[in-house]
Amino acid sequence: MTAPGSVTPPETVRGRLAIAGLDISFGSRRVVAIDELRMERAEIVGLAGESGSGKSMTTLAILGLAHTVGATVSGSIKLDGQELTGLEQATLREIRGSRIAAIFQSPQAAFSPVYRVGSVMTKALRLHGAAKPEAAERAVEALRQVLLSPDLMRRYPSQLSGGQLQRVAIALALALRAEILLADEPTSALDVTVQAEVLDLLRDLRETSGMSILFISHDLAVVAELCDRVAVMRQGLIVEQGQASQVLSAPASPYTSELLDSVPKLAGAP
Amino acid sequence: MIESPIMTPRQVAVPRGGAFWRGLRANPLLMVGGALVLLIVLVAIFAPVLAPHPSDAGTATHAFDVLKPPSAAHLFGTDQVGRDIFSRVLFGARVSPVIAVVVIAIACAVGVPLGVAAGFLGGWIDELIMRVTDVFLAFPPLLLALALAAVLPASLTSVTIAIAVAWWPWYTRLIRGQAASVAGRPYVEACRALGVSRLRIIVRHILPNSVTPLLVQVSLDVGGVILTASALSFLGLGAQDPIPDWGLMVADGQNYFTPDWWLVTFPGLAILLTAFAFNLLGDGLRDVLDPKRSFLP
Amino acid sequence: MTSTPPGAPLLQLADLVVRYGPVRAVDGVSLRVESGPFGLGLVGESGSGKSTIGRAVMRLVPASGGSITFGTQDVGSLRGAALKAYRGDAQIVFQDPDNSLDPRMRIGTTIAEALRAHGAAPRDGVRERVAELLAETGLDPAFAERYPHQLSGGQRQRVAIARALSVRPRLLVLDEPTSALDVRTQAHILKLITRLRTEHKLSYLLITHNFGVVSELCEQTAVLYLGKVAEIGPTDVLLRAPAHPYTVALRSAVPEVDVTGRRSRVVLPGDPPDAANPPPGCVFHPRCPLAIERCRTEPPALRDVGSGHQAACHRAEDVLAGAQMPTHMRSADTEPQQA
Repeated sequence: MTAPGSVTPPETVRGRLAIAGLDISFGSRRVVAIDELRMERAEIVGLAGESGSGKSMTTLAILGLAHTVGATVSGSIKLDGQELTGLEQATLREIRGSRIAAIFQSPQAAFSPVYRVGSVMTKALRLHGAAKPEAAERAVEALRQVLLSPDLMRRYPSQLSGGQLQRVAIALALALRAEILLADEPTSALDVTVQAEVLDLLRDLRETSGMSILFISHDLAVVAELCDRVAVMRQGLIVEQGQASQVLSAPASPYTSELLDSVPKLAGAP
Repeated sequence: MIESPIMTPRQVAVPRGGAFWRGLRANPLLMVGGALVLLIVLVAIFAPVLAPHPSDAGTATHAFDVLKPPSAAHLFGTDQVGRDIFSRVLFGARVSPVIAVVVIAIACAVGVPLGVAAGFLGGWIDELIMRVTDVFLAFPPLLLALALAAVLPASLTSVTIAIAVAWWPWYTRLIRGQAASVAGRPYVEACRALGVSRLRIIVRHILPNSVTPLLVQVSLDVGGVILTASALSFLGLGAQDPIPDWGLMVADGQNYFTPDWWLVTFPGLAILLTAFAFNLLGDGLRDVLDPKRSFLP
Repeated sequence: MTSTPPGAPLLQLADLVVRYGPVRAVDGVSLRVESGPFGLGLVGESGSGKSTIGRAVMRLVPASGGSITFGTQDVGSLRGAALKAYRGDAQIVFQDPDNSLDPRMRIGTTIAEALRAHGAAPRDGVRERVAELLAETGLDPAFAERYPHQLSGGQRQRVAIARALSVRPRLLVLDEPTSALDVRTQAHILKLITRLRTEHKLSYLLITHNFGVVSELCEQTAVLYLGKVAEIGPTDVLLRAPAHPYTVALRSAVPEVDVTGRRSRVVLPGDPPDAANPPPGCVFHPRCPLAIERCRTEPPALRDVGSGHQAACHRAEDVLAGAQMPTHMRSADTEPQQA
């Protein structure tokens, strides 16, 4: 069910992302050059790399927001066969949220502290075409799906923990029925046990709602746990991509090997 | 195994001595602001030489040249007693900006140490200082200055003192917030953990990192002080005729504004220019003093 | 410099209590750090009190109860010159490399300040000593002229370490020294710490949430929960055969690159603890999958469960024997998943 006024994808399969020949530059300085990156429906693809590798810029480009930091984008980013680069901001605004949702490292930064989280959710839903009662319903249902009590809707962001807020952000993506979730280091700022819960949640969501997830992280262990496929980025280029189990156990690229060697090993058998 | 190599710094040239001048040249705001302020200072110093009718800045009157519009002989026209306004504006550079600078200097000298002490030391010292500050802040500055000026003999000195007393609490409050914020930062904690003396922490860490908003505020205040001084002068509490205080000139000239616009306009423009110049200077200084901004290649 | 009698620990915490207003951030913690080279890891999540312990040891926050002893001195009662001398014995490296250096000071000046505060270098030898310290932490001495914003995060952290070492401390508190760094930089910093520990016979208190880091750097590790020690022991023993349900859950929650043979995650129900309202009895019982009646009323004491291994749990033996804990549980108020 698509809301009136939203853009209808030409293909019937939802949640496919195809990036080809993507170049992101600041003036003459190129910071990202991706030949090819694909994500199929209900797939979790990891974008791994260190700071400065271009992972976050890629996220911004997919959202059509690269220009807000002064970068220019060329190349192709296709969502379900529809080209996103070069679209007008008005069209992109409809796509953002309803078809491509994003969650970031600091959930606190994503919620205005003066609004209750419930009202942020319903506002977003109504912005994308839902009627008032329907918006409230979808918000409540989504919160339940992320294992939060709907009572939390009345709370302000400052009254929720980081883990809870991140779940609300995920719930919003669910409520909006986004096809693709861009997750930019969503668990880096969370405690280990809370992180594990959020990762479990993302995995479950992929099962139940068929959402595809592009998971950006510098933490290879998290990528290993969560992702089906992984692309390793270094200084704007993808040095290696493939099945996560493959890449992370028998890497082809020396850079990936170096990254893996750097992860401190736990004592004691698993 | 990964060996950590000896790392060499990126090739960003940061020479020691030339850094200040390099920063200066790279900063147009500072250049223009500095040039204008320098101009005002030079005008003040050389007013007797530059002014065509220096005695007009004093008690001279010329009954036959009253209220003449701007002309070749009198660039800014003449006022209600025939004095050359151009000369008076030039001489005014010795009065109004100086008052502003002295007022702000006194306000800083009192307000900044109090603010730093309150912000860094916290506790009862903070409470005490801020409550006293609050009392002063409760009065509108003009009224407070007025009240003080009224009990002091009418003169430039009184005006200066009166405004300074009304002004310092704003700086205390401004600095206190900054100082408290800086005091909580990890590098200050690291200094405490290292056993660095509190005095040194205040002087070398708290002050330099708190002073930036003050610089901007100070540059904006120059214009504000001049206007406050002029208000007091207008009410007869500060500079008295014939002192060529720009504010006083504006205040006196307003009765003649229609149709003799030049009495108010030129002193007014002088105030505008001065406030603008100090503003630019403040902005430029803030940029130069910020290590993150001034050394961009 | 205080001298430590042979056999006595370098640092000893006895029933340490630290309060922030009504909240007990640290609630009766006892720990030992032996003379160097030695590493004690403090592992925990937010609210565990691990960072507060580090600050209390450094006298950056006052202790509200219990004692901190360095050598033979009671740290809490040090004043004036003695306190200053202690600051030459114990130093700290903070988590945030972006803010632990004054942005307006050149690197060399920052380190020189530390040297001067303790007279750790002769007047005319300061520059050389700064260069030596930078080289020791793997930085070219030319960095002394730079400002912090011109360095990378890893380089700034090395400077912070150099600054801490400048006063020749015997004890180093490392508060999440690598959490804010990239993985390769982390590895470099950990290697640096290992090398310095050997060269200077350092002891350190390594505060982290990362089990991998304590595996590499610490002989002993303590797991903290809500201001109390849940378990403490030799690091490899703790990780291989934990005796506290929280340690088990924490360990299973840590993601690992090698996912083969991965056991499923032990799930902790409920929310992370609220330090302002600690539960009665065992502080962990509301979330503990193995909680019994006794846990609700009687706080467990830290007791021996193996050689050098202690746990604060009434059912430690059951945990060691491999008691089953629910994995991937859901919380109480969910409804069945919509297909």
